[in-house]
Amino acid sequence: MNIFFYIAAVVALISTIMAISGKNAIHSLLYLILSLLAVSVIFYLLDAPFIAALEVIIYAGAIMVLFIFVTMMLNVGTESSKVNKLTNPRKWIVPSILSAILFMDFILALKNVPSSTSVGQVVLPKQVGISLFSTYLLAVEIAAILLMAGVIGAYHLGSQKKKVTHRFLEKK
Amino acid sequence: MLTVPIEIQILFAGILFLLGLIGLLVRRNMIYMLMSIEIMFNSAGLVFIIAANRWKQPDGQVMFIFILAVTAVEVAIALALLLQVYHHYKTLDADAVNKLKDYN
Repeated sequence: MNIFFYIAAVVALISTIMAISGKNAIHSLLYLILSLLAVSVIFYLLDAPFIAALEVIIYAGAIMVLFIFVTMMLNVGTESSKVNKLTNPRKWIVPSILSAILFMDFILALKNVPSSTSVGQVVLPKQVGISLFSTYLLAVEIAAILLMAGVIGAYHLGSQKKKVTHRFLEKK
Repeated sequence: MLTVPIEIQILFAGILFLLGLIGLLVRRNMIYMLMSIEIMFNSAGLVFIIAANRWKQPDGQVMFIFILAVTAVEVAIALALLLQVYHHYKTLDADAVNKLKDYN
């Protein structure tokens, strides 16, 4: 039972070390996604399946895709232009092995962990939702305002500066 | 039921946070610094989930959802800023952005 936790923890630590010590930004981002997936397995083992799903969907699925988009737009990374590097097995054999270990870990954990649905034993997503929209209602609204400010701020910062020159002042 | 001692779980979250902190301090590429901040946010959320599992209360999971919202906003703003920095300086080196530095 505990071995699943330790395997996922080791995978998370190894992939995090590879992520922060890598040379190529895209490779590091893919290692970081693997680290987030390993932490998601740990969330599942910690009786929080709803949070595990949120971690996969929002962290690994949305935030990391944003990172990858920006990295590809900027085209940084020393070897991203060389496609031949992708066929080098050394580049993808380690993350493949780590992903396979994590996948097997998750499948075996799904089979072996009895899904306890009694209320006293485990916090169900329903309780989380009820608590979110009753006790923490004000915090939810503040988070909504924060997201709104984020949208406006990202739009303002992301827009390219237009050159505003009056047509009489333009040099012919 | 997971019977890993809670000290080990907290230690794991702490090591993850420390890795993020080391990455933030060591790397000068802004994308790597943002990634390290993500790792640190993630380990902070992990501590909340560990506490929620320890006391069987939903509050820890609620806090993780708030951390998720804050992280999403932070990443969006930071990446927009990063695009502007790259537009102006043509580099992602954090040390290159030093116009506020006091030269004397």
